[in-house]
Amino acid sequence: MSSKGLDLTIAIGGAAGQGIATPGNILARILVRRGLHLYAYNAYQSIIRGGHILLMIRTRDQEVHSHGDKVDVLLCLNQDTMDRHLGFLLPGARVIYDADKVTPGEAPEGVVLCPMPIAELAGDSKNKLIQNTIALGVMISLLGVDFSVLDDALTQLFKRKGAAVVDENVSMARAGFDHAEANFDHVATPLPDGGKPLAVWTGNQALAMGGAAAGVKFYAAYPMSPSTGVLHWMAQNARSAGILVRQVEDEIGVANMVIGAAHTGVRAMCATSGGGFALMTEAIGAASMMEIPVVYINVMRAGPSTGVPTKTEQGDLWQALGASQGDFERFIVAPKDSLDAFHTMADLFNYTDRAQCPGILISDLLISEGTYSVDPDAIEMHPKIDRGALVTDPSPNGNYLRYALTDSGISPRVTPGYEGFVHTVATDEHDEDGVLISDEYTHPHKRRRMVEKRARKFKTVAADVPAPVLEGPAGAEITMVGCGSTYGVIREAIERLADQGVVVNHLPITWLVPFHADEVSKILTAANKVLIVENNFSGQFARYLRSETGFSAAGHIRKYDGEPFMPHHVVDGVLDLVKGDSEIYVPYQEMIV
Amino acid sequence: MTTVLERDGLLGAELDRTPEAAKDYKGKVAPDWCPGCGDFGVLNALQRALFELGRQPHEVLMVSGIGCSSNLPGYINAYGMHTLHGRSLPVATGAKMANHELTVIATGGDGDGYGIGGNHLAHIARRNVDLTYLVMNNQIYGLTTGQISPTSRLDMKTKSTPFGNLELPINPITSTIMNGASYVARGYSADVKHLTQLIKGGIEHEGFSLIDVFSPCVTFNHDNDFAFFKPRVKKLEDAGHDPTDWKAACEKAMEWGDTIWTGLFHKTDRPSIDSLEPVLEGPPLARRPLGLSDEQAKGILSKMM
Repeated sequence: MSSKGLDLTIAIGGAAGQGIATPGNILARILVRRGLHLYAYNAYQSIIRGGHILLMIRTRDQEVHSHGDKVDVLLCLNQDTMDRHLGFLLPGARVIYDADKVTPGEAPEGVVLCPMPIAELAGDSKNKLIQNTIALGVMISLLGVDFSVLDDALTQLFKRKGAAVVDENVSMARAGFDHAEANFDHVATPLPDGGKPLAVWTGNQALAMGGAAAGVKFYAAYPMSPSTGVLHWMAQNARSAGILVRQVEDEIGVANMVIGAAHTGVRAMCATSGGGFALMTEAIGAASMMEIPVVYINVMRAGPSTGVPTKTEQGDLWQALGASQGDFERFIVAPKDSLDAFHTMADLFNYTDRAQCPGILISDLLISEGTYSVDPDAIEMHPKIDRGALVTDPSPNGNYLRYALTDSGISPRVTPGYEGFVHTVATDEHDEDGVLISDEYTHPHKRRRMVEKRARKFKTVAADVPAPVLEGPAGAEITMVGCGSTYGVIREAIERLADQGVVVNHLPITWLVPFHADEVSKILTAANKVLIVENNFSGQFARYLRSETGFSAAGHIRKYDGEPFMPHHVVDGVLDLVKGDSEIYVPYQEMIV
Repeated sequence: MTTVLERDGLLGAELDRTPEAAKDYKGKVAPDWCPGCGDFGVLNALQRALFELGRQPHEVLMVSGIGCSSNLPGYINAYGMHTLHGRSLPVATGAKMANHELTVIATGGDGDGYGIGGNHLAHIARRNVDLTYLVMNNQIYGLTTGQISPTSRLDMKTKSTPFGNLELPINPITSTIMNGASYVARGYSADVKHLTQLIKGGIEHEGFSLIDVFSPCVTFNHDNDFAFFKPRVKKLEDAGHDPTDWKAACEKAMEWGDTIWTGLFHKTDRPSIDSLEPVLEGPPLARRPLGLSDEQAKGILSKMM
């Protein structure tokens, strides 16, 4: 395993309702203020109280691309966490737990138990969550961090609740810290300090902010995990950012409401997960037919049907490709991480505005609910905005044709409210002036030219979408291909393989439609051995790649148990597949969360 | 009947000028409704209402779903959106929110609004979006050649109920009042003058207004035709009904016998959602510059640190 500099994972496990989020947030803030990078993955269940949650915060002194392979410090808030994860720990790992309530099982050799006498340390505190604060003190000690850092963080967090709450938390944290200083050794690599402070966001927040930066003025949603974080950000920031946010009765209403808003000229978007997206699909076709640019986000979770609401999967690619009846064009993009998701929003809006058609962004639980550190200077809050042929200062010429046939296929778009441009848009097939040609006298020639016009404008704009680029050494022994959220784990697996002398390069795909079949074919046919990594059973991306290019990969690494890939899953898959005995490798998920 | 071929050459130049009469709200295309269809009366009343209120064609956005009556936006000189079956209300809501200066009017039939789109009606009523919804209620599915609709009577025989309808019709007046609508009326397409007043009242009302209109289908509904309605429809205005009394409104709306009431059942003043949204203060969202100001961007980034 590669160990260049700091690479430390802190995990906090317990039941829903035990207050895991707060110590998680405090730790994350302490880390990024020191300039450390992090990615946090929260494995949880669809339950408000009970069940099992494991929050894994991985921190490094360089960018973090996945939640990693190991746990260095495990805080067990209940017995269940101890029972589930103790056996997973490696030598040197620390386990923090309430000595009064949690009994350690047989720890693997070299694992250090750090029992906390909670009842003794807590004294007469009545706060049921006080063990979390005491444990934070212990953890800060183990990590070799000065107590004042935690003191500041707790004071910041609780100051709204008054001095008594601040004092109680600080004194309890201090008790935990002092106990640890007296009884436990620090971890091998204490947390460094002094880096440029970073910001923290989730993928969903990045998507929402990306929309806001791209000029979204209307957001509608029906709550659905794991997309709800977009709604929460939008609702919280609606008034300060000038965005109208509505929670709507169902996703059908959502998908149509954004069309109504977008038709008047605002940028409008919505987000959902696969089930809600299924309800939205008819509207996506309507946006195409009426030539209204709208962005739909599908944050995938494990399906089919209600599926596993709190677990991740890349299972909706073909749903996006086939969303809505009919044969029509739509942009589809799967960003690779939070920062890419943020910047992709503006690109997608620009393309959909220019082509006057719907755009679909597919994210998944891994990106959307993952917490990332990010350099605030890398976030372009004022991205380029290109509205294409939207006419904002029209002067009437008395003969406005909303769907005028042009060489590019793009028709100047005037929105309702302007004098001299009255027209109707329709979900029925129509002619240049918007008048229906579907009912009274259908007209094959007019129908044909409108179909071709819509295809032509898409092609015009799609030509500007960048092609994927091969990352890593040319002529590598193995070329790995992934789409969307597998980017980080593949990248990290490649670094590990390089340490073992296996030379691998990487073709990450983000734009699915348009798909750069020629460029991709050229790269892959020249590759020595191509392996595809994806988070589903049937190989949806591999099938799509084959349909667009005729190219079949030599091997596949697939996971469909609800949990995301860990780097060693991919490494093991590559090492297994290069032997050539099998075409598909399905990693075993060791951590049961 | 004007055909697609005949209207070629009649483009924007002929439309969209300041109307001097209700007929100036005629659209590019003549209606393709069956001769004698109740919808002609509704179109006529709507054009009169817009004219009498002085609304300019470019200030009006008509939004419809799918069905015979949902073809209406093509027949009127105003901006129009002919959307999906059952989806006129969410589309209209989005449009009104994004450009609150528009006069937004949704139209459609009973299948479109009370059947496939029924969920949206319940929620727009409580949401109180400032728009007007005209439902041409013919108690039948016409464009699909005659099946029961959500308002078809019990025992009615149609192609989908050859042995009689076993399901009760819904009552759009009582249900919409109960869902919190602030303006609920019923018109009769043969009484264009009365209907015009109801539509004008709905457009001028701040908040959501439902105007259910008996608009008989002369081709597929032989139970509820003009001969059925003519002796039965009475005006609430003539009976001294108090529209602020929602209980009395519901009692009147439940009557379905020798007397069937039309007119303004219920009206109450409560703020529309458009007026409650601070984000909508000022010019329409659709006319504001895109993107974040430096100050907004800084505020957002500072929350992440």
